[in-house]
Amino acid sequence: MQGFRTLLFKEILRFWKVWFQTILAPLISTLLYLLVFAQVMAGRPTLYPGVTYGAFLIPGLVMMSMLQNAFANTSSSLVQSKVTGNLVFILLTPLSTWEFYWAYVLAAVVRGVLVGSVVWLTAWFFFELPLAHGLWLAIFTLLATIMAGSLGILAGIWAEKFDQMAVWQNFVILPLTFLSGAFYSIHALPPFWAQMTRFNPFFYAIDGFRYGLLGVGDVSPWTSLFVVGTTGLALSWLTLAVLRSGWRLRT
Amino acid sequence: MQPAIEIQHLRKSFGSMQALKGVSLQVPQGDFFALLGPNGAGKTTLINALAGLSRPDSGVLRLMGHDVLKDYRAARRSVGVVPQELVFDPFFTVRETLRIQSGYFGLRHNDDWIDDILFNLQLADKAEANMRTLSGGMKRRVLIAQALVHRPPVIVLDEPTAGVDVELRQSLWKFIQRLNQKEGHTILLTTHYLDEAEALCRRVAILKQGQIVAMDELHHLLQSYHSDSLEEVFVAILHQDESVRGP
Ligand SMILES: Nc1ncnc2c1ncn2[C@@H]1O[C@H](COP(=O)(O)OP(=O)(O)O)[C@@H](O)[C@H]1O
Ligand SMILES: [Mg+2]
Repeated sequence: MQGFRTLLFKEILRFWKVWFQTILAPLISTLLYLLVFAQVMAGRPTLYPGVTYGAFLIPGLVMMSMLQNAFANTSSSLVQSKVTGNLVFILLTPLSTWEFYWAYVLAAVVRGVLVGSVVWLTAWFFFELPLAHGLWLAIFTLLATIMAGSLGILAGIWAEKFDQMAVWQNFVILPLTFLSGAFYSIHALPPFWAQMTRFNPFFYAIDGFRYGLLGVGDVSPWTSLFVVGTTGLALSWLTLAVLRSGWRLRT
Repeated sequence: MQPAIEIQHLRKSFGSMQALKGVSLQVPQGDFFALLGPNGAGKTTLINALAGLSRPDSGVLRLMGHDVLKDYRAARRSVGVVPQELVFDPFFTVRETLRIQSGYFGLRHNDDWIDDILFNLQLADKAEANMRTLSGGMKRRVLIAQALVHRPPVIVLDEPTAGVDVELRQSLWKFIQRLNQKEGHTILLTTHYLDEAEALCRRVAILKQGQIVAMDELHHLLQSYHSDSLEEVFVAILHQDESVRGP
C-alpha cells in the first residue's frame, strides 16, 4: 500500500511541479475556445429551450479538457520515463501491475479533475451555470478520466519516442474530442457525422457530463453510463494485461 | 546456507543473437563477486534478467532463494541494482529521489539511513539539489544511493565507477567494502577496471560471448596461471578459449 501511495504521490508531484504547463496552459486554451465560440455563437438558439449556447458549451469544454489532460498525464509521464530511462526505478521495485496501473490512472484523474475544476470555476464567473445532477457529474468525471488515463498508459507503453506520441495526439485524441459534440448538439450535424459521433465514447462522456450539469443531453445518461463504463472497463482490462505481459517495458 | 544469487542455465536471445547461452552461477551470501568480460559479453543482460528488467528465454534465477519471476516481490526486496546507464528523474531533488525510492519499497521514515548513505557517498551537501544540476559522477553516486535505500542483502553494481574520478572511486569502494565486510551484504559487480576487481573481489567469473569461460576464487585463478596480475590472466583466458574452442 505504501508503495502504491508513493507512486501516486510521485505522479501527482510530477505534474504539480510544472503546473504552468499542466494546469495553467490547458486552462488558458480552453478559455480561449470559450471566449471565441461563445462570442461567435452568441444569441443563436440551442436545441434545448432555455439553454444558452454558452451554457451548452461549458460542460463540453470542461469534459474535453478533463479527457485531454488525463490522457496527457499518463502518456507523457510514461514516454518521458521510457525515453530518459528512469522507468527502471519503478520496474526494480516490488510494485505489482495493479499498483502501477492505479497509481498512474488516479494521478490522471486528479490532474483531469483539477483542470476541469479551474475551467468550470472560471466560466462560472461569466455564465450562469446550474448544477442539475451532482451524482451524474461525479460519475462521468471519474469514469471518463479513468478511461482517458488508461488510454494514455497504452499510448505511453506503445510509443518509444516523443514524436510517436504526436501521432496519438493528432490522429486519435484530437479527432475524438472534436467529433464529440463538445461544441454542438449532434442533432445539428449532417446524418453521416451524427452517426460517426455515435461510435465515439468521448461523445457519451461529454453528453452524460452535460446532463449532470444542465439536466439535458442528446441521449439518456444511462446510455452514456453504459458506453463510458464498458469502454473504461475494457481499456482498464487491456492496460492491465499489457502491463502484466511486460510488453515494451521489460525486454 | 542459501546462495545469495543462483542462476541455472540462463538463456536469452535478441532476435537471432544469443546474448546468454546457458549461464549458470552461484554466489554465496557475503561474497564479493566480479563478473568480467569484454564489451557485449552479456554482463548487463545477465544483470537485467536478475533484476526482472528483462525476461529470460529459459533458466532459473533466484535471489536469496526467491524466484525472480514467481516470487518477484521478495526477490526485488532482496536486491539493489545500480544500472549501467546514467539515468535520473529531472523533476526531483536528490533527497526527493531517495525518499520516493524508499516509499516504493514500503519505507516511510527512512531519512536517517538516507543521510547516512548521502554522507558516505559524499553527497550530503547535494541533498537538496535538483538531479539536473549534478555532474555525471554525482548522478552515478545517486544511482548507487537509490540501490541502497531498502538495505538489500544483495547489491548488484553494473560498472559503477564509469565516469567517477579516481579519488571518489576510492571512497566509493571503501563504502562498498564496508557494506560487504561489516554488514555482510553480498556484492556482484561488473567493471572495466581489472585492477579494481583484483583489489576488491574474492571470486571472479569471466563471461565471453554469452558463456562463462572461467570462474574461480581470485587467488586460485592467479595461482593456476602463475601470474600476479588479473589483467594477464584475463587476456590469457580470452585467447586460450579461442584456440581450444575454435570451430
Ligand atoms: N535490448 C537489446 N536488443 C538487442 N540486442 C541487445 C539488447 N541488449 C543487449 N543486446 C546485445 O546483447 C549482447 C550483450 O550485451 P550486454 O549484456 O549489454 O553486454 P555487456 O554488458 O557485457 O557489455 C550485445 O551483443 C548487445 O548488442
Ligand atoms: Mg554492460
